[in-house]
Amino acid sequence: MQLGRVIGTVVATIKAPGLDGVKFLIVQPLDRDLQPKGRPVVAADGVHMAGPGELVYFVGSREAAQALPDTFVPVDHAIVGIVDAVEVTP
Amino acid sequence: MKVAKVVGTVVSTISSPVFDGRKLLICDLLDTAGEAEGGYLIAVDTVGAGVGETVLILDEGTSARQVLGWETAPIRALVVGIVDEMVVDGTTIV
Repeated sequence: MQLGRVIGTVVATIKAPGLDGVKFLIVQPLDRDLQPKGRPVVAADGVHMAGPGELVYFVGSREAAQALPDTFVPVDHAIVGIVDAVEVTP
Repeated sequence: MKVAKVVGTVVSTISSPVFDGRKLLICDLLDTAGEAEGGYLIAVDTVGAGVGETVLILDEGTSARQVLGWETAPIRALVVGIVDEMVVDGTTIV
């Protein structure tokens, strides 16, 4: 899993079966010092409570779909938690 | 599996249920010289590892779910061991 910052939302009316009701957010991946790293991704919101500005952690690849109610859906990134605190020892 | 150094923790109240009560560790991935190679993973602890320790990380979802006995969990990376010693080309790295 990686840290990320929610920077936006995506709305799609026409989408693959199984994705109805799934919220999509644009997430900027971060390094462990919370600096942007790499390109933003569109991630499904697996916790149903994430929103723009929030610090989250997300899972990629096959495991992303496991975060959703229907686990056999075409999703490759999903937010699985909202971060309260990050503590990194230099 | 990957070798990494635990450098921090993540605290989260709102999360997928599989993370409830589990410790999330920020782990810097190490190269064969024992140096941070630039990447990191947030991994779920299963062995009681802590900051400063060198650990073994399992980064494969099906195996991770098998370890936890939770076949629908949205999880991929687990800390599954604490490294006592690592030797590469005759040189002790850890």
